Amino acid sequence: MLEASGITVRYGRHTALDETSLTIMPGKVTGLAGPSGCGKSTLARVMALMLRPASGTLTVDGTIVTRWRQRAARELRIRVALIYQQPRLAVDPRLKLAEVIGEPLTANGRPDEGRVTELARETGLTGDLLTRWPHEVSDGQLQRACVARALTLEPRYLICDEMTTMLDASTQAHLVGVVNAYRERTGARVLAISHDPILLDRWADEVVGLAGQGDLSPS
Amino acid sequence: MTGRRRLRVQGLSVSFRIPGATVRAVSEATFEVRPGSCLALVGESGCGKSVLAHALLGLLPDNATVSGQAWLEHGEEPVELLGASQAVLARRVRGREIGLIPQSPATHLTPVRTARAQLQEAVRELGSHATADDLAARYGLRPRELDRYPHELSGGMAQRVANAIALAGDPWLVLADEPTSGLDRPLVDRAMGTLRELCDEGRAVLLITHDLRAAERVADDLAVMYASRLVEVGPVAEVLGRPRHPYTAGLVAAQPDRAFVPVPGLPPELTRLPGGCAFRSRCGHETERCAVPPPMDGGVACHHALEDRHA
Repeated sequence: MLEASGITVRYGRHTALDETSLTIMPGKVTGLAGPSGCGKSTLARVMALMLRPASGTLTVDGTIVTRWRQRAARELRIRVALIYQQPRLAVDPRLKLAEVIGEPLTANGRPDEGRVTELARETGLTGDLLTRWPHEVSDGQLQRACVARALTLEPRYLICDEMTTMLDASTQAHLVGVVNAYRERTGARVLAISHDPILLDRWADEVVGLAGQGDLSPS
Repeated sequence: MTGRRRLRVQGLSVSFRIPGATVRAVSEATFEVRPGSCLALVGESGCGKSVLAHALLGLLPDNATVSGQAWLEHGEEPVELLGASQAVLARRVRGREIGLIPQSPATHLTPVRTARAQLQEAVRELGSHATADDLAARYGLRPRELDRYPHELSGGMAQRVANAIALAGDPWLVLADEPTSGLDRPLVDRAMGTLRELCDEGRAVLLITHDLRAAERVADDLAVMYASRLVEVGPVAEVLGRPRHPYTAGLVAAQPDRAFVPVPGLPPELTRLPGGCAFRSRCGHETERCAVPPPMDGGVACHHALEDRHA
């Protein structure tokens, strides 16, 4: 289980999350809804070990997280993958697409071209795109690479933070399909964050609403 | 607003030279926008729709080649936008006749100046009679919100600041380039409501978006763009209700409240557009005829257009 409990995050004087708790249940797609600025992305970053909260605990499969970001234990860090809304801000512009997808493998000392090719195929990227720089592909193509990258180390938890907000309906349907297929194959848990109730209705097994400052309610 | 105004775009093409290749971003686009109505240009990311908007405002980089015509008709002698000098565009067109509501307003604003300073600059440069506070109030901002820096604005507030700046010079034509990216559904609805009000008060709106639902909410007419070309144009309810181009039908079916299935395959590269119909390899209806580019005929550019709406 991935469990956030009593999480408080402040940015200066602004409280983004105030004692928010959320558990990602096994075998399900949990939807997290809420208006712009309610703290959804902040919660996503905490749950992906990317942001240390002011207080509260995050537990990954029973282990309490004590170190965050690069200092987090690799063993815990690779269990959770985060896919961001804006792919352009989420990739190193100096890496070609194949390197973007393979980055987590390289960083863990086991580069694997075959795996990169396989993930590229799953996400619908053709071979000629893999040798391109990020600025030479569209947002939709770059987001496909980001989804592939998130799956390289087979995370148990996948947090999709407005993954398809910038994309057209067809690319959205494809990438949600890729995530669903991965979940069915591996039993991974998915947290789908979106402000689009129609998308969450279709995608999630249950939807939790986040109001201002991280007040959660079933919706 | 006079009824004589109109934007008439004819055969607009834009290509970019990049090392070793040419990107065809827009191919022979023809359409019109009139005061009191909204045309939504929809298509997936990278299909060329934003380039089209930038071409109209003379905001393309130096490696762009533009052909065709875009007449801005406003009662007196029309201005042809594609051939107009930067001086004419800057002094007469941008902000005064055409207002641009940019993509991701939060990053479009200058980060080191307050919203007020930027809005006041627009008011001053455009010789607007309204004050920054008037404009702010008109587009749903409280005066004290204007004293914030862009990073202190929520997405919705940044959107309203961008609207106020775009409309400071009282333009009769508004280009909205993906104005809703990153906004949640209530804010999208609100932004679309604002665009509709702009139409209803007699302005012309050209909305560029990947969001079919947003387009459906505000537009009178829809133009669907695929791989640099307009493939279907018509009244929004007809195009979405009974799409005739297989690509439009695919986009409609991909919606989460419909079949939620993607159009198979990927769009072609704009550097390597195939001869003939660019959609044929993804379409499922491909025949030999598709090797010849389909002309726009009766609102659809397809040799195998689905059932004629008017039949």
